[in-house]
Amino acid sequence: MAAELFNLTIHEAAEKLRSKEVSSRELTQAVLDRIAAVDGKVKAFVTVTPDQALAQADEMDKVLARGEATSPLTGIPINLKDVLSTKGVRTTCSSKMLENFVPVFNATVVERLRQAGTVLVGKTNMDEFAMGSSTENSGFFTTHNPWNLDTVPGGSSGGSSASVAAGMGFLSLGSDTGGSIRQPAALTGVVGFKPTYGRVSRFGLIAFASSLDQVGPFTRDVTDCALALNTISGFDKNDSTSINLPVPDYTRGLTGDIKGMRLALPKEYFVEGVEPGVEAAIRAAVRKFEELGATVEEVSMPHTKYALSTYYIIAPSEASANLARYDGVKYGYSDKKAPNLIEGYFSTRDEGFGPEVKRRIMIGTYALSSGYYDAYYLKAQKVRTLIKSDFDKVFETFDAIISPTSPTVAFKIGEKTADPLAMYLSDIFTIPANMAGTPGVSIPGGFSDGLPVGLQILGPALGEEKILQIAYAYEQATEWHKQRPPLN
Amino acid sequence: MKLEREVVDNVATLARLGLDDTEKERMREELAPILNYFEMLGELDTDHIPPTAQVITIHNLMRPDEARPSLPVDEVLVNAPGREDPFFRVRPVFGGH
Repeated sequence: MAAELFNLTIHEAAEKLRSKEVSSRELTQAVLDRIAAVDGKVKAFVTVTPDQALAQADEMDKVLARGEATSPLTGIPINLKDVLSTKGVRTTCSSKMLENFVPVFNATVVERLRQAGTVLVGKTNMDEFAMGSSTENSGFFTTHNPWNLDTVPGGSSGGSSASVAAGMGFLSLGSDTGGSIRQPAALTGVVGFKPTYGRVSRFGLIAFASSLDQVGPFTRDVTDCALALNTISGFDKNDSTSINLPVPDYTRGLTGDIKGMRLALPKEYFVEGVEPGVEAAIRAAVRKFEELGATVEEVSMPHTKYALSTYYIIAPSEASANLARYDGVKYGYSDKKAPNLIEGYFSTRDEGFGPEVKRRIMIGTYALSSGYYDAYYLKAQKVRTLIKSDFDKVFETFDAIISPTSPTVAFKIGEKTADPLAMYLSDIFTIPANMAGTPGVSIPGGFSDGLPVGLQILGPALGEEKILQIAYAYEQATEWHKQRPPLN
Repeated sequence: MKLEREVVDNVATLARLGLDDTEKERMREELAPILNYFEMLGELDTDHIPPTAQVITIHNLMRPDEARPSLPVDEVLVNAPGREDPFFRVRPVFGGH
């Protein structure tokens, strides 16, 4: 299985491209064949672009033949969460509202991947407007977890995580507002990285909650993650919250050596609701880190339990403002039967948005409305300060925090759809880092009941290098990342 | 516990969401436990805590005021549900009944 072209890592495939053992066309065809073979079951893609992909691959083969490849990503087939604007390729956010929307420009990260010579094979399914933890809120269909087709792949970037796990792309980009990269990476056994807020441009990322949203990669190992971050990170004048600092070479810290590092284990991340199999895997990871020469100490982050409430006030508030743009006038779905402009707003938005998006618009509008603003929105912003200070305090003495990424392994399709609050709890360990704006990764950390467990490593602002160093050392000392789902 | 119907009516109007009766009744039931869950924030004394709106320390970033090309009109209108070049075509603002 591991010898199959579609299951290689980027660095393995790049080596074969350089040595002319394979061509970009062959890699791309292998991925397209894999999509044709298994995506009928997994349903990771909203749009597949085979003709365009093969044309791009031929182009890249010429670049490679001339020895002009500028990046290890040149000629590598990738896909993108359908929340990133792609010029000329339909971008839906898995919403009826944008079902026929074709952007006229590329997101900055898309442009950077294009410049690096990647080959785009398609756009992946997600919870509508990135609101959800299972892809069950997609306006089109639910994506299935390649490890067990009866379970969810996580969300909101579930199409991206499932596609990388199942060999339908060497790299995918997703977005993480409260865990939407790390949680699906955990549930499908791949590497998912949320960078520091501002490290990667948000220009062309369709907005959900602007003070929390961040773009990041899904890959099959940590080395590939570092290569992807090297390509997408950096200042962008089109994003006013972009950090203008040089980007280090993220592969530099991949030494395997973490002797003397101090890792924090927050006791609030081992609370009721964490499955025994998940806790056992993370406790085993702790022992592995100690074997590798790191020290692990229990710490307290006392405001952790308030993060979920804070998030579900702040994110919907920002969403209610961001999604006001869908008015049926400039683009997107429009109710043509409405008699006048104002009634058209009401019916367009009622018919175009799905239930979870409406729910969040309602929560956000409520929290921002006159008489409730101080009690909800302002209060949440103040608690956000306390959550951030928990992180600041830990990082004064520790290099990183380790925890489970999600309290459970992949749950059954339909299990949590009737109870919005139960679904929200899937993100309880990923949300705090978004509140603090700090980076984090989920890497394969074992199995429970045959399903992947995600190990989360969180670092201080701009601590991407250190997170990758720790992640790489653990990965090289374990075999989890070499497992592939039994899918035929 | 359910949310007051008037609150749901008011918020849906503010959000320009044309929810029907069934949807509004469902919102009354679904939003109540979520808003109830938020009550835990009341346990924290935040009187002297400053709010955090965003986490990076950039303020009022300005770009040079230089002319640069904008999108051609045809591209701007390409996704418009209604167009009458070079404009967006909208439904009547007044009346229509």
